Amino acid sequence: MWRYMLKRLALSVVTIWFIATATFFGMHAVPGDPLTSDKATSAKIRANLEAKYGLDKPLTTQYLVFLRNLSQGDLGISFTQENRRVNDIIREHFPVSATLGILAVVFAGLGGVLWGALTALYRNRLPDTIIMFLVILGISVPSFVIAAIGQLSLVNLNNLAGTSILPVGGWGTVQHMILPAMVLGLSTMAYLTRLMRSSMLEIVNSDYIRTANAKGLPSTQIFSRHQLPNAVLPVVTVLGPAIASITTGGFVVEIVFAIPGLGRYFVQAVQQLDYTVIMGTTVFFGAFLVFMVIVVDLFYGWIDPRVRLD
Amino acid sequence: MRAADAFTPLAQDQAAAISSRPSLSYWQDAWRRLQQNKRAIFSLYLIIGLLAFTFIGPMIWTVDPSSQDVDQISIAPGADRSAILVKDYEPWYGELSEDFVANDNAVGLTFAVAPSTQSVRLSWQAQGERAAGGYRIYRNLFPITAGRSLGLPLAETQNLYFEDRLDLRPIDYYYSVVALDERGEDSDLVATLSTTVTRVITRREAERRGLLDAAEQVAYGHEFQLKLHPLGTDYLGRDMLSRLMHGARVSLFIGLFAPILYILFGVLYGSVAGFVGGLTDQLMMRFADFVVALPFLLFMILFKVIFGIGPGESGIMPMLVAMVVLLWPAAARLVRGQVLQIREEGYIGASRLLGAKTPYLLLRHMIPNTMGVILVTVTFAVPSAIFTEAFLSFIGMGVAPPTPSWGSMCNEGIKTMLTHPHELIFPALFISVTVLAFNLLGDGLRDALDARMRNRE
Repeated sequence: MWRYMLKRLALSVVTIWFIATATFFGMHAVPGDPLTSDKATSAKIRANLEAKYGLDKPLTTQYLVFLRNLSQGDLGISFTQENRRVNDIIREHFPVSATLGILAVVFAGLGGVLWGALTALYRNRLPDTIIMFLVILGISVPSFVIAAIGQLSLVNLNNLAGTSILPVGGWGTVQHMILPAMVLGLSTMAYLTRLMRSSMLEIVNSDYIRTANAKGLPSTQIFSRHQLPNAVLPVVTVLGPAIASITTGGFVVEIVFAIPGLGRYFVQAVQQLDYTVIMGTTVFFGAFLVFMVIVVDLFYGWIDPRVRLD
Repeated sequence: MRAADAFTPLAQDQAAAISSRPSLSYWQDAWRRLQQNKRAIFSLYLIIGLLAFTFIGPMIWTVDPSSQDVDQISIAPGADRSAILVKDYEPWYGELSEDFVANDNAVGLTFAVAPSTQSVRLSWQAQGERAAGGYRIYRNLFPITAGRSLGLPLAETQNLYFEDRLDLRPIDYYYSVVALDERGEDSDLVATLSTTVTRVITRREAERRGLLDAAEQVAYGHEFQLKLHPLGTDYLGRDMLSRLMHGARVSLFIGLFAPILYILFGVLYGSVAGFVGGLTDQLMMRFADFVVALPFLLFMILFKVIFGIGPGESGIMPMLVAMVVLLWPAAARLVRGQVLQIREEGYIGASRLLGAKTPYLLLRHMIPNTMGVILVTVTFAVPSAIFTEAFLSFIGMGVAPPTPSWGSMCNEGIKTMLTHPHELIFPALFISVTVLAFNLLGDGLRDALDARMRNRE
């Protein structure tokens, strides 16, 4: 177990290094730099700025400096937002993205399991048909359209009610989080519902369910003690990739609902070629995803003792 | 009994046992099963229809997707497209002519208006003294109720008339005239008037748009029908139907070719890794894991910049290359798993005993046997590629304008969602229907091709 953990950790360090290196050289291959702006700067000012940020040194030196700082957890200072440390940007804005993401994953997970179980119980009957139709809709409509439609219907709802039931955009209170989290989690929920349904149906015909039936266990207990825990297993395996897709898909929702999350800073930094912010957010996101995959794997080993970690 | 006597050879003219039904190959059997799946067949027709829309459509509907119809901007489908011929514009100094409509519900101000898309002419009278600070004119698109703003302030004037020529559309406007006090601030004296603007066209414009011959004699007040836009126009007055057709090319091109290319690469990579095994396999799959972890958006932009989108280029190729380079590992992993499984099968061992070399084994046995899984993966990868294109174009990192794509059309449509919902609804609908069709087809193919996955629903 500990050997396995050590191996996984070592591998994830290498993965993060690979991401950082590829991003670093890829980023510098893009023409232009963060000091290029609309304002005319004289050659001297530019040289001073370059010296200040260390851009005058050869690329390999910059790379080594970056790696040394990274190993000490220092991600540097933003180029475009003066005197703002990248660590601070991440510290301030990541909790927003993370809260949104966690809410979305919880919403998607609970909803997916619930709806999936329901459809399997009511197989080929009306509830099943309705839910599966909604699921196909949820998978087929792009997230930004769902976000826009959600916002639009909220505006109409607020207009109808005459008061603001839920705020249309912004961030701060729980009310702000409800709609964005639902929009963000919807496609994942649809996917999980399908998965849950098929794994439930597989279990319905298994031997131990028949045994439980034969020994006279009430169907509610069969459902909660035997079917549900076993059917949830495949859902847990895809939670890792789901978290990844939710964090990367998060910034569409962040843009539409004007949420000050990290995703927005990342897109902005990429557009302005803000080297340090790009590197910081990329390495941070990469590390976060690698970490989440490990957590999900460990969790899977815990809930399913048949899976051996090695 | 000696072994030679155990079998008696069949006589030449004797027929072999006839099987009760003709034998079907794997693909024939799969096709038969697919045909029984109504949803899959329906989605197959839907996809054929979409392809026809994309490739045959522009031959029938030959409107240029980038030409602008400035008379009909953000027009909803089926909207009135008549225009009335009027005189050329002449300056106006406040005189009331007979085409003014008076309005007398105003308090302290009597208000008259002559609306057309050429100009909206407002005239009002002070009942009693004229306002000390003059008047301010507002325009709103929505009815003005208590507590709502009066809208866009257009001008301040000392005169008792005003002419609005600012970006007029044939819709309802709500004009308000507010008397100002000595300090130039709004007083309580407000008059509001709703007016329906009629679309007009001058003779010169009508000739330029080809609605009228130079020699033709037409009286003023004649009604013209402007150009037809079956699905309306966007915020620049471009024909939606034509843009949807041309946008479909981009979306379907990316949606079909990117998955085919990256899955092809993934299949080669994965089958080599799975077949060779050992350290090579470990290293190759580790590299695939690294690629998965790369930030997609950043590298997308990187490819775009390295390729360089010159003027007039659409930016489709960089997107395609980036998707191929970044998305192959999932297919590689899948195929590797399949190959690892098949490698242990008896017929591989038999083939190897007969002297088959690795490339032969790969091409003859491994890849054909994983073909079903691969085909299903491609079908499911199409929706995600279409989504990716739409998503990238939506955040402005996809195709360069004026090339239309469904994603970029959604991006434009979302800005005017409240006032002109059709600009968002149509491209969103096309994306959704396409994705839906491929998803249903994928479900059907999976059921038809993969015996183990079948009958789960």
